Amino acid sequence: MSTATLDADRPRTGAAPSAPSMLTLTRVELRKSTDTRAGRWLLIVIGLALLGVGAIALFVGNGPDAFADQFALTQLPIGVLLPVLGILLVTSEWSQRTAGPTFTLVPRRSRVLTAKVLAATVLAVLGVLAAALVAALTTALSPVVGNASGDWGLTGAQLGQPLLVHVAYVLSGVALGMLLLSSPLAIVLYFVLPTVFTLVSNLVSALSWVSDWLDLTVTTAPMTAGELASDGWPGVGTSVLLWVVLPMALGWARITRTEIA
Amino acid sequence: MITIEHLTKRYGAQVAVSDVSFTCRPGTVTGFLGPNGAGKSTTMRALVGLAAPTSGTATIAGKHYRELPNAGRQVGVLLDAGAQHAGRTGREVLTLSAMVLGVGRERVEEVLRLVGLAGRPAGKRLGNYSLGMRQRLGLATALLGDPQVLVLDEPANGLDPEGIFWMRSLLRGFADRGGTVLLSSHLLHEVEAVADQLVVIAGGRIVAQGSKSELLAGTGGTVVRGPDRALLAKALEVAGIAVSPGPEDALVADAEALAVGQAVAAAGVVLTELRPAGGAGLEDLFRKLTGSGSGSGEGQQVQEVLA
Repeated sequence: MSTATLDADRPRTGAAPSAPSMLTLTRVELRKSTDTRAGRWLLIVIGLALLGVGAIALFVGNGPDAFADQFALTQLPIGVLLPVLGILLVTSEWSQRTAGPTFTLVPRRSRVLTAKVLAATVLAVLGVLAAALVAALTTALSPVVGNASGDWGLTGAQLGQPLLVHVAYVLSGVALGMLLLSSPLAIVLYFVLPTVFTLVSNLVSALSWVSDWLDLTVTTAPMTAGELASDGWPGVGTSVLLWVVLPMALGWARITRTEIA
Repeated sequence: MITIEHLTKRYGAQVAVSDVSFTCRPGTVTGFLGPNGAGKSTTMRALVGLAAPTSGTATIAGKHYRELPNAGRQVGVLLDAGAQHAGRTGREVLTLSAMVLGVGRERVEEVLRLVGLAGRPAGKRLGNYSLGMRQRLGLATALLGDPQVLVLDEPANGLDPEGIFWMRSLLRGFADRGGTVLLSSHLLHEVEAVADQLVVIAGGRIVAQGSKSELLAGTGGTVVRGPDRALLAKALEVAGIAVSPGPEDALVADAEALAVGQAVAAAGVVLTELRPAGGAGLEDLFRKLTGSGSGSGEGQQVQEVLA
């Protein structure tokens, strides 16, 4: 059974087949998130939102002129929209019933999930870079529209913290997707849950400490501007545990163990 | 080589597949037959690692599917042709698979030509594909990695007669070059023409397996038909040949055609038909084995087990 070629005149495509590399699997996942109309439109919307925020910063008076300030502003749209891309990276496999073929092709399911996490991370980094690019554009154009000349300084924290926080946001989307395996449910909960969480902890004064430790939006709020002080990191850590690590671990265990419909 | 040994799959109290064992050898096509919900898909899903068996094993070339380094290069799988993203084009679906398999883009065009989807159909989104086109794309995906084994669940679904004929010759050729094919169907005639070996499953259990001739030998008998059915039956009984009602107004005699012919000639009865009962096809055997041909006119109870 070693020479079962489909077309007799064609040599076999290679020697002993080797497993696809993680790089290949990540490239496949990145391609999957952009090769459908839905994925492409989401990227276009993110791009347009970025340009829109940039334009507002540029033309509306009293806008920040320093690059660092512009950058903090242009991260807003990617912070909202990239996690949706992260959710869809996972849930579209179930809503479009491609999970079966995907895991048949790569039966070690953890490899597919790892590739999805890596792809989401790449998307987050690209998103931050796109935000930086738009910020650079508006900073460069500031003198043209009459504002003061921009300050181009950017500290390590002002670049590193945004990168980290957006990776965390996208991965929290991926994690929720893995846990729920449903696009609409995951997207709605992604936006509703933190709001409910914030509301409850604000209303019930006894729970105010909770938001400092477990509300990802609150704990990471200073990070987009690179202003998270050293005493803020433990809170970031615990909220990332709750919103990223926990749902991902639960979802991961379920996907790798249960039957794929 | 596919080896399934004592495979059992339970969903709670429901037993979907019970103690199923069979092997598929290289160079052969195995037809996996059974009514809807008999356990065909469950068995195949356990084989390719989508469902974990409750007990028993299913291996390919001695290995569990999950242990295969690049599964698609050894086993081509088509379980559900509808399970593809409606927003991708046929070519894009194959390109994604080709990346995982590590085969070149030219191989994508090659299989597209092979299944008759080259040109415009390849660029259409799957949402606009007919079921037959999806089946062809599913076959293309299965063949993409140039595997030695094919596992196909109801591949003829949605194909027109010409398509079914094309698929048969494709699978025959694949097996003749040393490949192993396991193909399921709930329609006998789809499989009858191409399978070397038949495995019949009903209610989660294997009820018969063997080569076509082995299975048909068991059915025996000769179909006899004549203008006067009563006279014919009497002539055969006189000769000591047991008869039972056959298809339509025919009789099935429990003897070789020669003995039947002699008995009828001796009685001077006119015959209009005389042929081995096996020629009526596997249909009767299939109905008999799966117990779905009672002819009571009642709707057949669907035994589908929900996963």
